[in-house]
Amino acid sequence: MDILEIRDLTKTFGGLTAVENVSFRVQEGSISGLIGPNGAGKTTIFNLITGIYKVTRGEIAFGGRIIHDLEPHTIANMGITRTFQNIRLFKRLSVYSNILTACHGNASYSVADSVLKSRRFRTEEKCLREDAVSLMEILGLAEWQNHIAHSLPYGLQRRLEIARALAVKPKLLLLDEPAAGMNADETQQLMHHICRIRDEFSCTVFVIEHRMDLIMGICENIVVLNFGKKLTEGPPEEIQSNPQVIEAYLGKEARIGA
Amino acid sequence: MDWFYAKGILILSGINLMAVLGLSLLTGFTGLFSFGHAGFMAIGAYAAAFIGVNLGLPLIVSLLAGGLVAGIVSLFIGRFTLKLKGDYFCIATLGFGEAIRLVLDNVQVFGGARGWPGIPIRIDLWNVVLINLAGIVFMISLVNSRHGRNMIAIREEELAAKTIGIDTFRYKMISLFTSAVYAGIAGGLVGYYTGFLQPKMFGMTKSTELTIIVIFGGIGSVSGSVLGALLLTALPELLRAFALWRLVAYGVAVIFIMISRPEGLMGGKEITFRGILRAVGFGHKHSKAREV
Ligand SMILES: Nc1ncnc2c1ncn2[C@@H]1O[C@H](COP(=O)(O)OP(=O)(O)O)[C@@H](O)[C@H]1O
Ligand SMILES: [Mg+2]
Repeated sequence: MDILEIRDLTKTFGGLTAVENVSFRVQEGSISGLIGPNGAGKTTIFNLITGIYKVTRGEIAFGGRIIHDLEPHTIANMGITRTFQNIRLFKRLSVYSNILTACHGNASYSVADSVLKSRRFRTEEKCLREDAVSLMEILGLAEWQNHIAHSLPYGLQRRLEIARALAVKPKLLLLDEPAAGMNADETQQLMHHICRIRDEFSCTVFVIEHRMDLIMGICENIVVLNFGKKLTEGPPEEIQSNPQVIEAYLGKEARIGA
Repeated sequence: MDWFYAKGILILSGINLMAVLGLSLLTGFTGLFSFGHAGFMAIGAYAAAFIGVNLGLPLIVSLLAGGLVAGIVSLFIGRFTLKLKGDYFCIATLGFGEAIRLVLDNVQVFGGARGWPGIPIRIDLWNVVLINLAGIVFMISLVNSRHGRNMIAIREEELAAKTIGIDTFRYKMISLFTSAVYAGIAGGLVGYYTGFLQPKMFGMTKSTELTIIVIFGGIGSVSGSVLGALLLTALPELLRAFALWRLVAYGVAVIFIMISRPEGLMGGKEITFRGILRAVGFGHKHSKAREV
């Protein structure tokens, strides 16, 4: 079953075509990758999926429903959340508050409920707080819970962003360069976390990454973009040995990554 | 200083506090700047006075009705400007504030620029205090609920707020509406306290004063807004003996705070009962980071 289907997707900015006639599918329950050189249009595709950009042409279907004309918050509540290439945490709030804010899906109490401290307010709010605490524990953030987000080490900020996205209970989690700026150790840890997330939260993970060890290590299917167009797609072994990909991407990146 | 004078200052502080609480929600918690909040005060003031005088309704009903009228007007403004990027809203509120004042200057039914005298005086310290207590309790409950957290998320990082499923437009509208209702009630209090309304009471200066108080008290802190409103309303009054020099002193005080504490008096923290106990040496140790 495909959870996400992209059909002939095109996005132009004025005269610039950032994404051109791209089609691919993401299988439900998989960890899939999206790679390509800088400026290839990867982040733009994430922005299109999450409704932040409006598509110029083409279609995006999520679980069989066309979503590309919906508002970002509607798409999020349907089950697609993401992290950002340049981290976007609620900077001045604590780790706990960052996650608690995102845990709003299970509550429906009104403003009046919160003023009157009604029973509904108290039970729902207790649930939200328990959800937030358990997420912090699962992702190893519990000991940092009172720290202000922007004071955290970089690797933890990235992890917090993932935790916040998970608080929305997504069916599809989009990670935009989650290993950027991490050392080998942290990257290993991240790979472990991503696999665990897929299993424990039973969601699909779609990840943009430059680190080939991560992509090749955890992805089942990889889509390769170059200059806004799809170059090829396939399992890691196939991508690794594809001469086109090596020319467009791996050769250059291997040098940069070294 | 006699009690009558002190009481007057307290009532004025209370009236300002009502408007500041509302603006604090919009600016301090939601991150939207308004330079036309005096316009909402004006609408509330004239509406409350009109309803009370002509329909003979009780004070609290008139005040709430005034707040509601201001709130409804704010929804029109929000509807057209809050979908646009931040600055448009700010500019729109500035234009709105001035427009309201000009309209009232020219509508003769309410006395125009000369003002509207003879509004029955119904405000005393006790009812101002009660209304403010209700306002504070409501505000604290709101910002500590999921609704308040959604607004704070918008202030912190709007794009991220959207991607965790927050309808940012809706929450900006709720924030604006609530804050306009507060301003409207504050306006109603002005009329029923002074017995006289004049459009120029609600000009740019008033709007700016409210914003200064919110920033002075500390963005994202209800107790900061309370302290700010009390201090900054009382200060110019207490310094009145120094004539125009008081405005210089006011300016210096504000600048001093902004330099020594750029995050404002309270800097996003709240004065809590537990915090007070801890400060004087009782209570347990575990410190809580701002949990909003
Ligand atoms: N909001 C935008 N306005 C104009 N151009 C954009 C915008 N977003 C992305 N682009 C352009 O689209 C191209 C693809 O960008 P991006 O998707 O960020 O690449 P990648 O994530 O693969 O490095 C780049 O040329 C970039 O400059
Ligand atoms: Mg990118």
